[in-house]
Amino acid sequence: MKQKLIIIGAGMATGRALETLLETAPDAYEVTLFNAEPRGNYNRIMLSPVLAGDKTYAEIETHSAQWYSDNNVTCRFGEKIANIDRAAKTVTAQNGDVLPYDKLMFGTGSTPFIIPLPGHDLEGVIAYRDLEDTERMMSLGPDNTCVVIGGGLLGLEAAAGMAARGVDVTVVHIMGHLMERQLDEAAGYLLRKALVDKGITIKCSANSKEILGTDGHVRALLLDDGTELPCDLLVMAVGIRPNVALASEAGLAVGRGIHVDDQMLTSDPDILAVGECVEHDGAIFGLVAPLYDQAKVAAQTLLGTHAAFAQKELSTKLKVTGCDLFSAGDFADGEGREDIVFRDPARGVYRRLVIENNIVIGAVMYGDTADSNWFFGLIRDKTDISDMRDTLIFGPAYQGGTQLDPLAAVAALPRDAEICGCNGICKGQIEDAIAAGAGDLAAIKATTKASASCGTCTGLVEQVLAVTLGDDFVLPAAASICACTDMTHEDVRRMIKSQRLTSMPAVWQECGWKTSCGCHVCRPALNFYLLADWPLDYADDPQSRFINERKHANIQKDGTFSVVPRMWGGITTPDELRAIADAADKYMVPTVKVTGGQRIDLLGVKGEDLPAIWADLNAAGMVSGYAYSKGLRTVKTCVGTDHCRFGTQDSTGLGIKLEKTLHGAWTPHKLKLGVSGCPRNCAEATCKDIGIICVDSGFQISIGGAAGMDVKETELLMQVATEDEAIAVIKAVTQLYRENAKYLDRIYKWMAKVGLDWIKERIQDDLDGRAALVKRFELSQSIYRHDPWAAHAKDKAASYQPLARFDLEAAE
Amino acid sequence: MSKWIDIAALEDIPKRGARVVKTAQGCVAVFRTASDEVFALNNSCPHKGGPLAEGIVHGASVTCPLHNWVFSLETGLAQGADEGQVGTYPARVAGGRIELDAAFLAARSAA
Ligand code: SRM
Ligand SMILES: Cc1cc2nc3c(=O)[nH]c(=O)nc-3n(C[C@H](O)[C@H](O)[C@H](O)COP(=O)(O)OP(=O)(O)OC[C@H]3O[C@@H](n4cnc5c(N)ncnc54)[C@H](O)[C@@H]3O)c2cc1C
Ligand code: SF4
Ligand code: FES
Repeated sequence: MKQKLIIIGAGMATGRALETLLETAPDAYEVTLFNAEPRGNYNRIMLSPVLAGDKTYAEIETHSAQWYSDNNVTCRFGEKIANIDRAAKTVTAQNGDVLPYDKLMFGTGSTPFIIPLPGHDLEGVIAYRDLEDTERMMSLGPDNTCVVIGGGLLGLEAAAGMAARGVDVTVVHIMGHLMERQLDEAAGYLLRKALVDKGITIKCSANSKEILGTDGHVRALLLDDGTELPCDLLVMAVGIRPNVALASEAGLAVGRGIHVDDQMLTSDPDILAVGECVEHDGAIFGLVAPLYDQAKVAAQTLLGTHAAFAQKELSTKLKVTGCDLFSAGDFADGEGREDIVFRDPARGVYRRLVIENNIVIGAVMYGDTADSNWFFGLIRDKTDISDMRDTLIFGPAYQGGTQLDPLAAVAALPRDAEICGCNGICKGQIEDAIAAGAGDLAAIKATTKASASCGTCTGLVEQVLAVTLGDDFVLPAAASICACTDMTHEDVRRMIKSQRLTSMPAVWQECGWKTSCGCHVCRPALNFYLLADWPLDYADDPQSRFINERKHANIQKDGTFSVVPRMWGGITTPDELRAIADAADKYMVPTVKVTGGQRIDLLGVKGEDLPAIWADLNAAGMVSGYAYSKGLRTVKTCVGTDHCRFGTQDSTGLGIKLEKTLHGAWTPHKLKLGVSGCPRNCAEATCKDIGIICVDSGFQISIGGAAGMDVKETELLMQVATEDEAIAVIKAVTQLYRENAKYLDRIYKWMAKVGLDWIKERIQDDLDGRAALVKRFELSQSIYRHDPWAAHAKDKAASYQPLARFDLEAAE
Repeated sequence: MSKWIDIAALEDIPKRGARVVKTAQGCVAVFRTASDEVFALNNSCPHKGGPLAEGIVHGASVTCPLHNWVFSLETGLAQGADEGQVGTYPARVAGGRIELDAAFLAARSAA
């Protein structure tokens, strides 16, 4: 007599198992197939093309009614198995039918995870798993808005599918970049850009707080920053959990999934399990490739043939038209691991290979994935790549042939090939300019404008020079920011502005960074450029700041810190001094020193004590003095008209006003001001970055002083009549410096490069330009003029404490 | 076989950041990279004792905050022209939690 096989779930895994079983031994089992969904097996992964309108459901059905009847499979679709009696070897269907089995196979798949936010049970909150969900999304059109929570594979396919139907879609993703499990930041950036181009709004690092509804139906998603995103439908695609409820009720061994061995047998030898519901050797599964392998093994186990399931490398692709991405293997950084990175900013291509012991162990690609299968093969087969290392990243077409010579490629370009896109300059025009005597990049820029705008083509122009001039042309060794890039600070700043780059991965990609994520030299510079140019769009990255700016205190040689509260314009009060004295006692500060900047330094404070001492100083009305910052330090003043017999203006008052309006401002290097009440200059204003000398007729504002490694006297920028104008001029010149100078250039170094006249033209002569600078300065200050001490003492205090302590009690 | 001790949640350390674990024999710096790997190293630079946990993390390296020596998080070796090595200790992430090796912690706590 035929044995009875009951299958729970008509999914992708059991579908494949059935095929193998029936092809090999059509008469071995009498099969009954249960499925909770009211239909048979279909290709679940093609729901996305169905949603996008590229396919119909009929096209993705894998087994027809005819197939089931030809193969004598009893179908019970739309029916669930309610429970299992392993002792009696029977199952009970939802309608109460009890059926005996010889063998039972689980293929119950997964259940989508629903974040238990308030409102998650409102009508219109759905997951993305089956045809019903898909049809729900397909019912939306151009008049609808939808929010998708989750920027992974599923969420993005849902978003793109709906966007293709004209729906206004917003994706809310909790992590800093999309598909963070498969992609690194650079590829995530390119993906985001492509989705934004499709009209999808993307919010990363966004935390959902609550789902709002009216009359029991979803109305909007509320984020924890207070943003409300209206929506008619809310799709949650935040992950899946193996569907194990039935198996654990039946007493099978269950961890995260149903435990199976290499033969796909559960802890009961008559019960098998395949697909996303299983856990094999600690792993659970979410892609079909391994499930198909499991299915074949399960079929053989059912037939008494020995077969074993082994886990293999997996690769991921996204089924969204126009977003070609590929990721496989392990792409984490590590010792002994090397990156080979290739970026073609113009085509939006990014490729990164991670190599260990001459073997490719991981790959991330975006934009051009034509060769992905070849790379995946290298990973899977653990091919030794030492011989092709130099050209590996270009793909199979470049292997085994002659060495790749970029100059040959440029030499081969026709005369009308466009080199500089911004200015429409062709190779021929550059060659003509060279023939007319332009012998270097600067001369080409000046005569043709090529590479004078966004700068992306600089490398190409140099190659044209090299090809045309031969040995006469020496590629200039321009000082690049660091080994991560060939670009100079100036090039990168220009790119950030002209290409509107507002994140670090955007800069890495568009400027062709050679490392995956920068280093301690370039990251602080990029962090500054981005926040200076895009104060509203860019979020400051503490991890890209030097420790002093990350912890808002100066690190000392023994690892303790110094704490310097502001004393506006050098003025203090007995109460402030008492609070400082109390804090010094309470936190056992070893050294209290008066600084060269007219304030008091508490040196030798322990890192753990910082939030507490700040809170104490805050309570007495004091804020961070930013003594650690590439930003406004002090405004040194003299006593001025208040007390001095020679004072011409209220220099102390002006100093206080300046310090209050400038404080918190980040600048390329530190910024120090001095205000002296008369030309006797007791505040040493003429050796500060910006110095003000008060005179009877007004205020002389001079810039570019220094008294550190170089000693320089300031040069007069302009004289103004009123205090208000003096403040406006100083804001404007600070903003001009911030927008244009190279990171770590003090004003005097920047001034030596651009010239005092260039600065005067913008501050003194162009009044509209000055007003615009002041406006941009104020905009930036609306975000950065705050006390980081208070913020950290309130929200980040825990991060200053050790992660754990094992020095107090003996460990077990 | 290592016995692992639960230290904290992975999220307690920012990506490209570090925090210290105090032991009787000084601090151990626990690093988290951009790709969510964790590493444990002595929190003391072989150059002049700089606290490595305060450094900038890039790739699988950290730059000492005092004089910019760069160390591999995996081997503890100084990179480039500098010479020296920082002690490294077993560390791992399991189920979103950071774990350190119990035997090593016990050795450091028995003052
Ligand atoms: C505390 C203080 C010395 C003092 O006890 O008076 C000081 C201390 C430091 N100075 Fe200074 N400078 C201090 C006033 C000055 C002055 C005088 C002034 O501001 O009137 C100068 C010359 C003026 C100038 O800046 O041009 C000065 C020129 C420097 C320089 C050289 C800058 C340059 O561009 O040449 C550095 C190095 C640097 O910044 O790269 C420096 C760097 C440092 C650092 C931050 C070194 C470091 O990176 O760790 C010192 C921190 C010590 C610590 O452990 O806390 N310090 N430093 C002064 C703090 C003033 C304040 O209240 O904020
Ligand atoms: C929109 C979408 C796109 C995807 N894209 C890809 C992709 O591009 N590449 C890729 O590799 N993977 C992709 N996947 C994942 C892939 O579809 C799954 O890995 C695969 O379907 C899992 O197969 P399974 O047989 O384990 O489970 P399923 O296919 O989910 O089948 C399980 C079935 O069991 C039924 N069931 C559950 N409990 C019971 C019960 N008690 N009684 C009766 N029946 C029950 C369910 O109703 C379901 O029909 C995608 C998934 C989705 C949703
Ligand atoms: S002069 Fe040198 S030693 Fe003195 S505080 Fe400034 S940087 Fe330190
Ligand atoms: S103490 Fe670390 S580099 Fe000097």
